Amino acid sequence: MTGPAHIFDKPNRYIGKPEPRADAARLLQGRGSYVDDQKLPRMVHAAFVRSPHAHAKILSIDTEDARAAKGVIAVYSGEDLAAHVTPYVGTLTHLAGLRSMPQHPLAMEVARWQGEPVVMVVATSRALAEDACELVYVDFDELPAAVDSETALDLEAPVIHPELGNNLAWERDMVAGDIDAAFATPGVHVVEREFRFGRHTGVTLESRGTVCDYDPSENQLTVYYSGQAPHMMQVIFSKHLDLPEENIRVISNDVGGSFGIKIHTYGDEIATAAAAKLLKRPVKFIADRFESFVTDIHARDHIVKAKMGVTEAGTIVGIDFDDLTGIGPFSMYPRTSAIECNQVLNLTGAPYVMENYRAKGRVVFQNKTLMCQYRAVGHPIAMAIADGLLEDAARKIGMDPVALREINLMADDSYPRSSATGMKLDDLSHKRALRKLTELMDYDALRDERTEARKNGIYRGIGFVSMVEVTNPSPMFYGIGGAPIASQDGATVRLDAGGALHVSSSITEQGQGTNAILAQIAAGVFGVDLNRVKVTTGDTATTPYGGGTWASRGAGIGGEAMLQAAQALKDQVLEVAGVMLQTGVETLDIQGGAVTDLNGTIRLPLADLARTVYYRGNELPNDLNPELVATRHYRVTDFPFVFTNGAMAAHVEVDIETGFVKVLHFWAVEDCGRVINPLLVDEQIRGGVVQGIGGALYEECHYSPDGQFLNATMADYMVPMASEMPDITIAHIETPTKTSVLGAKGAGEAGTGGAPAAILNAVNDALSPMGASIWQMPMTPERILTALDQAD
Amino acid sequence: MSRSIDISLRVNGEDVRATVPSRLNLVDFLREELSLTGSHVGCEHGVCGACTLTVDGDTVRGCLMLAAQADGKDVITIEGLAENGQSAQLQAAFTKHNALQCGFCTPGMLASAIGYVNAGGIADREAIRQHISGNYCRCTGYQSIVNAICDVIEEKSV
Repeated sequence: MTGPAHIFDKPNRYIGKPEPRADAARLLQGRGSYVDDQKLPRMVHAAFVRSPHAHAKILSIDTEDARAAKGVIAVYSGEDLAAHVTPYVGTLTHLAGLRSMPQHPLAMEVARWQGEPVVMVVATSRALAEDACELVYVDFDELPAAVDSETALDLEAPVIHPELGNNLAWERDMVAGDIDAAFATPGVHVVEREFRFGRHTGVTLESRGTVCDYDPSENQLTVYYSGQAPHMMQVIFSKHLDLPEENIRVISNDVGGSFGIKIHTYGDEIATAAAAKLLKRPVKFIADRFESFVTDIHARDHIVKAKMGVTEAGTIVGIDFDDLTGIGPFSMYPRTSAIECNQVLNLTGAPYVMENYRAKGRVVFQNKTLMCQYRAVGHPIAMAIADGLLEDAARKIGMDPVALREINLMADDSYPRSSATGMKLDDLSHKRALRKLTELMDYDALRDERTEARKNGIYRGIGFVSMVEVTNPSPMFYGIGGAPIASQDGATVRLDAGGALHVSSSITEQGQGTNAILAQIAAGVFGVDLNRVKVTTGDTATTPYGGGTWASRGAGIGGEAMLQAAQALKDQVLEVAGVMLQTGVETLDIQGGAVTDLNGTIRLPLADLARTVYYRGNELPNDLNPELVATRHYRVTDFPFVFTNGAMAAHVEVDIETGFVKVLHFWAVEDCGRVINPLLVDEQIRGGVVQGIGGALYEECHYSPDGQFLNATMADYMVPMASEMPDITIAHIETPTKTSVLGAKGAGEAGTGGAPAAILNAVNDALSPMGASIWQMPMTPERILTALDQAD
Repeated sequence: MSRSIDISLRVNGEDVRATVPSRLNLVDFLREELSLTGSHVGCEHGVCGACTLTVDGDTVRGCLMLAAQADGKDVITIEGLAENGQSAQLQAAFTKHNALQCGFCTPGMLASAIGYVNAGGIADREAIRQHISGNYCRCTGYQSIVNAICDVIEEKSV
C-alpha cells in the first residue's frame, strides 16, 4: 500500500516538521498532573512492610500495635488480601514450556525477594502509615537463597518453588545450518568470549505509584495510573479484583518516565486497588526511592558464552552462543520474563548475512527483584554479542571493523528477506546507514587522530554497532500467547462546531511527544492549523481501545490509525462541502481550517460547515447525515514486527591509570522510516543513547551473596549525569515501511539497544594496544583496571 | 510522634503561616499543605534534584530542608516564576529545543538553570553540564537542556 503523495507534500503539512510540543509550556510551568499530585476527598495513604530477606518463611505476623497506632485505617496481610484478589501467573502460551507460580499482591507464607511486600498499612497520611509499619512484627525464618544465576540450576541450589522441582523457568534452542562444520572449516578463525551484562533498572524520576478510588454506589474503580498501557491494566484489575471490565476506568495523566518499568503488575499497586475497594474510599500509594529500587523490574542480568567464525577474507560463517539470564523468583505478569531471552535468541546477528546459527537460552529463577521488559528488551545483549564478536574478529584477522561490516551487512536492495533466525526483514538500510555514519564522524580523520594520540600515551578508541530494532509489533508479540494486550490501536477525530479538531487515541504519552505527533498527523492530513487540534490520550473511558505506548509502537501504529481517521473525516467533510457548494469533491481540498479549491482559494470555512451541520441541518438534503467524527483502528499485518535499523559509533578515551572511561562523542544514524517530528525523535534517540551508556558504564544493581541489594539509593546507584555525557550527533535515513501509509517505524529504543555495543567496542579498541579487553558491563574503572592487569 | 512548630514565610510572594510537624520537609509542605505540586519528589535524599527550589535567592533541595527551617524565608517555586525575564526566556528556550520529555525533572532543572544564569554563568557547555549535574534527567540526553541554557545566555532565544 502506498499513500497519496499529497498527504506529505501539501503546503500545510506538519508531518516531518520540527514543531515544538504544545504541552511543553504546561510542564515548564509546573502545571503537570502526575499521580502523586492527585488529591481526592477522603483519600488515605498506603505504606508497606517489606521482606528484609531474599528468601524467608513467614512464621507469623503481629499487627495489633499497628492497628492501634495513630491515623491507621486498616492493616492487611497477604492472607487478608488473598480473599479479595485472585493470584496471577506470568506465563504465555506462545513461549512454550515457560513456568512460573501464582503470585499474590502480598507475600503468602514465603517471601522470595528483599523488598517483596508483606503487610500493607493504610493511614490518614503516608508518614503515619510508615510509623505504623514500624509497629508490625513479622517473624521470619530465613531460608537459604538462590541468588547467583550461574548456580541457580545446581542440584544443591535452594529451589525457590518446590512445586517446580528446580529453578529453570524456560529454555529454548535455536539452530540454523551446521555451526560445528562451519567453525571447523579450514581457514575459519573463531573468536570466543564470555559476556557479562549486569543488572540495572529504569530509575524513572517519578517513582511508581497509584491512586485508586472505588465508588460502591456504581461498583466503579477509578485508577490513576502512571504507566504505558491503560487498557491492559483495566483487564488486569477486572480479572483479579472481580469487577466488570467496563466498571474500571484507568487514567494516565502525566507520566514521569516509564521506559518499560511501569507496564507490569506490581503487588503494591494491586493491593492499593484492593484496599480502595474494601475501604470504599481513595487510597494512594507512591513508592519511595528505596521501594522503587527493590521492586521496580530490573533488566538484563545475562551471562553469555559466545563464538563467531570469520574467514580470512572476512566473511562471517556463523554465531554460536549460550545465554543464561536470571529473572528473580517469578516471571512477571502478564508480559512474562522470558521475552528478553527470546529476543536475544531472535535478534543476535540479525543485520548480517549468516547461514549458521546456534543459540541456547536458559531463564532461571533466583531470589532477587523480578526482571522483565525494560527499554530495548534484549537488544543491548544481542547487539553486544554480535558486534562485540565482530570487532574482536576484525582485530584477529587484521581487518578494519567498518570493512568487515561492509562485507557482511545485508545489502540494502536484498529485501524482503529473513535473518538466520527466520525474522522477516524489509525496508532496511544497513549499508547506507554505515556509510552515512562514517562520513558524519569523519572516520578516517578520527582514526588518524587516535593513532597520533596513542603515541602520546592517550588511549582513545572508536567502536561501532550496526543494529536492528523491533518496532510496531503485531499480535504475534503478546496477543497470540493469551496476554490481554492489544496490538492494534485506535484513533478518533471529531470536528467541533468552531472548526477545531478533537482527537483521541489509545496510545499514551510518557514524554516522548505522543500527543504532539498525533496532533501533527491529524492537522496535516485533515487540513487545520496545528493549534486547532486538541488531543486526549491515557483514559480508558474516553479513548478508543488499544495497546498503549511500548515496544516502539506508538508512532508507527497509533500514528497510522490517526492518519486513517483524519483522512476518513476529511472525506466525510468534503462530501458535505460538495453538497453545500454544489461542486464535485474532487475539486475541493481542506487547507488551513477551510474547504478550498485545489489551488487553495477558500470556499467555505470549516466553522461555517460545522455550524450548518450541527445547528442548521435543515439546510442540508434529508438523505445527507454527516457525523463529523471518524474512528479508525490499525494493526500490523503480514509481519510479526516492523524492524528498523541504525548504525552508531562511540569515541572514548580510557585513562589507563584510573580505569575511567570518558565518552568523547557519540553518533547515531537511525532509519525509523518516515520521521514525523525530527526535534522530538532526535532528543528521544539521545535519551536512549544515554540510557545505553548508563548500562554500559555505570548502572548496576549490586547484590550480596545472600541477596541483599547493596546500592539501593540514588547516591549509590549511578545514573548518567550531564557532566559525563557527550554531545550526540543524530542523522536519519528515511526508508518508510510499506506496511502503512504513514511509513513510520519506532525509534524510542534504538539508542538504548545500540549504544552499549558501540561503547564496548570503543573501550576495547582503546585497550587493544595493551592487549587487553573487557566483556563485562558496566565497564567500571575497577573492571577496566583488572582487564589491564590480566593483559600484563 | 512529632512536635509541631509554627512558621511564617513568603511563598511565591504570598505570606504563609502554618503549624507544621517538625519532621515535615519543605517540599512535602509545599506539595501537601499549599498544593504547589510543581516541585517534584524524586529521591528524598538530595541526589536527583527534582525538588530544587529557590530559598532567599539560593538554589536548594526541597527534600533536604525542613519546613521548620523555612521560617522567615522567601521561597520561590516553579509556580512563582516571573512571567518575563530570564525564567520566561528559559522556559521558551526549553520549549524550542525540546529540552524536556516527561517533565518530571523540569521544574528542578529550571531552578538550577536560573541559578546558573543569575550567577552570571557563561555559555560554556562543559560548565553548564557541571552545573546541572545535580539534576538527573532520564529522558533527554541533556544536550537539548545545555543548548537551551546556552541560548538564553547568548540572548539568542525566541
